[in-house]
Amino acid sequence: MTELKRLPLHALHDELGGKFVPFAGYDMPVQYAGGVMAEHLWCREKAGLFDVSHMGQVLLPVDQAGALEALVPVDVIGLGVGRQRYGLFTGENGGVLDDLMIARRQDDLFLVVNAACKAADIAHLQAHLTGVAPVEGRALLALQGPLAETALARLLPDVAAMRFMDVARMDWQGADLWLSRSGYTGEDGFEISVPGAAADGFARALLEMAEVAPIGLGARDSLRLEAGLPLYGQDLSEEISPIEARLGWAISKIRRADGARAGGFPGAVRILDEMANGAPRRRVGLRPEGRAPMRAGVPLFATAEGGVPIGLVTSGGFGPSVGGPVAMGLIDNNTPDGAMIYGELRGKRLPAVQVALPFYKQSYKR
Amino acid sequence: MKYTEEHEWLRVEDDLVVVGITAYAAEQLGDVVFVELPDEGTQVVKDDEVAVIESVKAASDILAPLDGEIAEINAALVDTPALVNEDPLGEAWFFKMKLADLSALDDLMDEAAYNALIG
Repeated sequence: MTELKRLPLHALHDELGGKFVPFAGYDMPVQYAGGVMAEHLWCREKAGLFDVSHMGQVLLPVDQAGALEALVPVDVIGLGVGRQRYGLFTGENGGVLDDLMIARRQDDLFLVVNAACKAADIAHLQAHLTGVAPVEGRALLALQGPLAETALARLLPDVAAMRFMDVARMDWQGADLWLSRSGYTGEDGFEISVPGAAADGFARALLEMAEVAPIGLGARDSLRLEAGLPLYGQDLSEEISPIEARLGWAISKIRRADGARAGGFPGAVRILDEMANGAPRRRVGLRPEGRAPMRAGVPLFATAEGGVPIGLVTSGGFGPSVGGPVAMGLIDNNTPDGAMIYGELRGKRLPAVQVALPFYKQSYKR
Repeated sequence: MKYTEEHEWLRVEDDLVVVGITAYAAEQLGDVVFVELPDEGTQVVKDDEVAVIESVKAASDILAPLDGEIAEINAALVDTPALVNEDPLGEAWFFKMKLADLSALDDLMDEAAYNALIG
């Protein structure tokens, strides 16, 4: 058995009453004493502090923007200094290898990738780019919620001027912080890369504030599910194209069929064809009727009895802010929009209504 | 009160046995959001999956602690699953069983043995 890696803030999580679970090779806090439900609701009302240091941080030289663009269906060359964009590493078959954030800074490009994919992502980058520098020894914190700005501005007044997807570097007590106004909870908030040695002090300075509470992985998952945000490994995979995942918006205009730098990324043939002519499957939001959650893997049917599955639930559970079960599924695109769908749960077909995503409306600062 | 290794408690009440889950189990599950109970009158064999309990995090099965018949279920749990977290040893009982053999209870753990199990 491989030993679990520990985050720089492990001792702090322990002190805060964190319950640990293995996740992507790390010993991660899944919840604290208050429980997932309370943490979820806290983040929707106030500000939640997440430790996402397990995610990968990578620096690239600015002159590699064109080479990076060849791996993602995103306008990297045109990304303005101080701005960040959501991106996808696509595979030759048009599936998704990982999703990531790409930030253009004054002197370099800064990427944040998923923990489970980071070794493969770095190898992929190194095979196609020069100067790839995985960042070691920095923690990554996310402060999310409607009071995130209020709290963070006490330590760093300049964050109030940042808009959604802005990035900046700021000094806090001599530590070089890398900030973005973004997150993955459906709330306004920030992600902050902190030098390892300063991480504990910085996190404690935030946690001392009345608005801020620590939030574990459990609520992170229910928050992003309610926000309709796909999770790599569940709603996104090497088999699922960005169009099937309803991430067409993440394909930059300039890289689309009629754009100035059309195509030129792995899987472009399939992805651009699906954009023009439709994809075989689509990601949908589902509200199961009744109280029983439909979780990942539940097969979906078009009828209450008989027939073959038309898809499956890719993410699902209970939505604390919605007050009931919510799920996302991947279904046959021939299924009519709005048609009732049935999930087979413990041998019984239970109805679920197709609904627009997100389940819970975001409040980003545009 | 008697206990199983699956963190159920059993209490004899008249000629029936009331079954619930322990405070330790409720704490481990976290916020319970859904409970599915068996039909009254169902004949069960020890370790049959008889009920489902879902927290925000995950689904778990409740197993039949002994052989017998489901005599009564606690409908309040279906309407208010959070009772499991609020009062696991009291109001949040799951079902009452008529045991095939009441003496089978003797093989289960007492409180001291259960406390030793959960350490």
